[in-house]
Amino acid sequence: MYKKIFLIPLTLIFFYGCSENVSPVDSAIESGIFHFGNGSEPQGIDPHIVTGVPEHHILISLCEGLTIANPNGGANLPGVAESWTISEDGKEYIFYLNKNAKWSNGEVMTADDFVWSWMRILTASLASQYPDMLYYLEGAEEYHRWLSIEDIKSMLAKEEDPKVRVNLEEALLNHKPKPSFDTVGVKAIDEHTLKVNLKSPTPFFLGLLSHYSTWPVHKETVLKYGKIDDRDGKWTRPGNFVCNGPFKLKNWELNSKIVVEKNPHYWDASKVKLNEMHFYPVSNVMTEDRMFRAGQLHLTSTLPSQKCPIYIEENNPDLRIDPYMGQYFYRLNINNPALQDVRVRKALAYTINRKLLVEKVTKCGQIPAYSFTPPGSNGYYPDTEIPFDPQLAKQLMTEAGYSDSNPFPKLEILFNTSEDHRKIALAIQQMWQESLGIEVELVNQDWKVYLGREMVGDFQVSRAGWIGDYEDPNTFLDLMRPNRGNNKTGWEDAAYDEIMQKANSTNNQEERYKLLNQAEKILIDNMPIIPLYTYVRAYQLSSDVKGYNPHILDHHHPKFIYLERD
Amino acid sequence: MLAIFIKRILLVIPVLFAVASITFFLIKLAPGGPFDADKAVSPQVLKNLNEAYNLDASNWEQYVDYMSNLAQGDLGPSFRFPGRSVTEMITTGLPVTFELAFYAILIALVMGVFSGVLAALKRNTFLDFIPMAIAMIGICVPTFLMGPLLVLIFGINLEILPVSGWGQLPGDKILPSLTLGFAYAAYIARLSRGGMLEVLNQDFIRTARAKGLTEKMVVIKHAMQGGLIPVVSFLGPAIAGLLAGSFVVETIFQIPGLGRFYVEAAFNRDYTMILGTTIFFSAMIVFFNLLSDLAALWLNPRSRDAS
Repeated sequence: MYKKIFLIPLTLIFFYGCSENVSPVDSAIESGIFHFGNGSEPQGIDPHIVTGVPEHHILISLCEGLTIANPNGGANLPGVAESWTISEDGKEYIFYLNKNAKWSNGEVMTADDFVWSWMRILTASLASQYPDMLYYLEGAEEYHRWLSIEDIKSMLAKEEDPKVRVNLEEALLNHKPKPSFDTVGVKAIDEHTLKVNLKSPTPFFLGLLSHYSTWPVHKETVLKYGKIDDRDGKWTRPGNFVCNGPFKLKNWELNSKIVVEKNPHYWDASKVKLNEMHFYPVSNVMTEDRMFRAGQLHLTSTLPSQKCPIYIEENNPDLRIDPYMGQYFYRLNINNPALQDVRVRKALAYTINRKLLVEKVTKCGQIPAYSFTPPGSNGYYPDTEIPFDPQLAKQLMTEAGYSDSNPFPKLEILFNTSEDHRKIALAIQQMWQESLGIEVELVNQDWKVYLGREMVGDFQVSRAGWIGDYEDPNTFLDLMRPNRGNNKTGWEDAAYDEIMQKANSTNNQEERYKLLNQAEKILIDNMPIIPLYTYVRAYQLSSDVKGYNPHILDHHHPKFIYLERD
Repeated sequence: MLAIFIKRILLVIPVLFAVASITFFLIKLAPGGPFDADKAVSPQVLKNLNEAYNLDASNWEQYVDYMSNLAQGDLGPSFRFPGRSVTEMITTGLPVTFELAFYAILIALVMGVFSGVLAALKRNTFLDFIPMAIAMIGICVPTFLMGPLLVLIFGINLEILPVSGWGQLPGDKILPSLTLGFAYAAYIARLSRGGMLEVLNQDFIRTARAKGLTEKMVVIKHAMQGGLIPVVSFLGPAIAGLLAGSFVVETIFQIPGLGRFYVEAAFNRDYTMILGTTIFFSAMIVFFNLLSDLAALWLNPRSRDAS
């Protein structure tokens, strides 16, 4: 009897071993199913509520905006809008909607659908985290940020900062009634024509439209399951969800997979070659790597960082390292007494050997960064320089009054828990200690603690990363303007702000880039941030997948993707 | 035994109340909030979000509100996953975690009891040393090493079992169940060997043998009943531990169980989800401990007769 019991697991394994093992990737050529490693479980699929990359991957298959990202890079391609005209001053856009554009339930899409959807994301009580994507529209910011007298009074009662109190008191004195949505620059001229009025010429506006926060939602479906500002409506569940993308939602198993199937009502359905896409929320990168090797995934969301150099050395044919519009940098808290002197900030930046950092520490094709904006963002190449010059750095420290008799105080580098961040911080600790003799302490914190400390300015140096939302330098440089929540360094510069304002009110791209370059120089000259390297997108892709072209924003419209074995 | 049962059940209420209250205030002490993100939202948006989830009220008001909803069985909405309630997420993940725990405990019992009893019967022979050495390895090797090791052998090198998933591909439940089961089998093997050795030396076993019973009957009917009491006592906390601690195996094998929700909720500061899962797991631990205490009482002839 004992022997029999012992044989059970062996028999089971033998049974499965003998059965024909066809991996999901092998059978996908026939079934037309794309198995997609998608990082983590998406928060949801309401384009006006969610934020994040996994959510974007799913939404790009389910919904579509007025324009779509070009798979070959460059200007956006027509989406729901088949064409558009732009006024000479660059402030008025007329979009002509494709008359074949339909919702996944077969209903025809209209210009009113966009007006209602944009009204929804600008409804303050919906608490969308991306309303600022539409702040470029006339009246949009005023509509979204309007506060009632009671709101202002309650904020005033809690506020202690005198600056903010003055602003609130002014707002109370000049209080106006809530503006109507008619004051916002979006109108339906007729069923298939949409007019958009912008505050100032915004050359990257068409690029913004491929961001999911600007995509439409189906009014009747949303209202069937809740109100316009309902965050918890059940309209996004399988069976309820209606949108206008190349695929429609078929099934959603929480923490397991999301299945989308071809949408026959999509206006360009004949171009869609995949039958289904299966999105797997694999948060563990090692598990994802194993799933790819076992033929369970066509694509991984990322790569275990320690494996990247190994795969490069092995010439792994499935390894892909694509350019990515993201920058890894260190924030310097300029309100900290030790970092108020710009010479100190420059000295810190000049003692970092970026080339060594990407070759010996990150080792996955990253590019040393000498500007805040990644070079090549929509044809923008900043000509800033950050030399690696420990001698000059030492001299700057001496000029700042630091010497052996008056050593620089201990410095802390704050970073969130990650082996990669730790390695980089260790390398920089070494560089600063060796070149400047500064004692550096590494402070490792849980993600939320790290965010909280950054937000309240409880740090000296903190690691940071920024990924562009759209293909334009403004997505980076705007960050460092005063009163931007993501600045976090405490740095403000009136000249910088003025140039940024000027740049965004001109319609001439060449002139604009010149101005942005000037702003970039001011930033690098003041060094509230130390750019370290430009990110790359490193992942694994099966050779069966075609049409998944490198894209600087990692936007891959699924209608261009197909499966074929060489 | 009924009186003990009722007394213990009544004790559950204050225990859960204390767990809920302490957890509520502890998570409020943790730095960071559910809506802190890399791309910081404007104060206006943050104010709207806090209003939407009643986080603008005082801690005490939120506590009273939460407890009164809890009394009605409402665990609230998840902050991290808009549109999902905590109850829905628990009921989604729970069957998977239960199933995984069931297979694991089954494997652990079969492997553990078999090798433990065998080792006790064949004391100081190879049949004692080998299973006990393996058990020691099982105790020492953590699941985060055992899992990938099994995947490497059976999933990637031999290509006979899927490396991840749960109920999606044939055979994808085998490796996670084995990984989780093996760790517990090791403990059970050592406990059953110890328990059996103690019982096998007792007078009533000698009497049974003297009466002419076969060795098989002596072991199964007499020795195992007493020898396995330590195993039964271990099962309660073990099952509770399996339910609450399956996070590692769930992550390695991409299993949509409750353990992943639990740990990720803590990282995300998803307050309601942390509270809901903590209360739920506490209830499970109390319940399984109670069950194992009752089973141990029932297996022990002295206490069974007394009740």
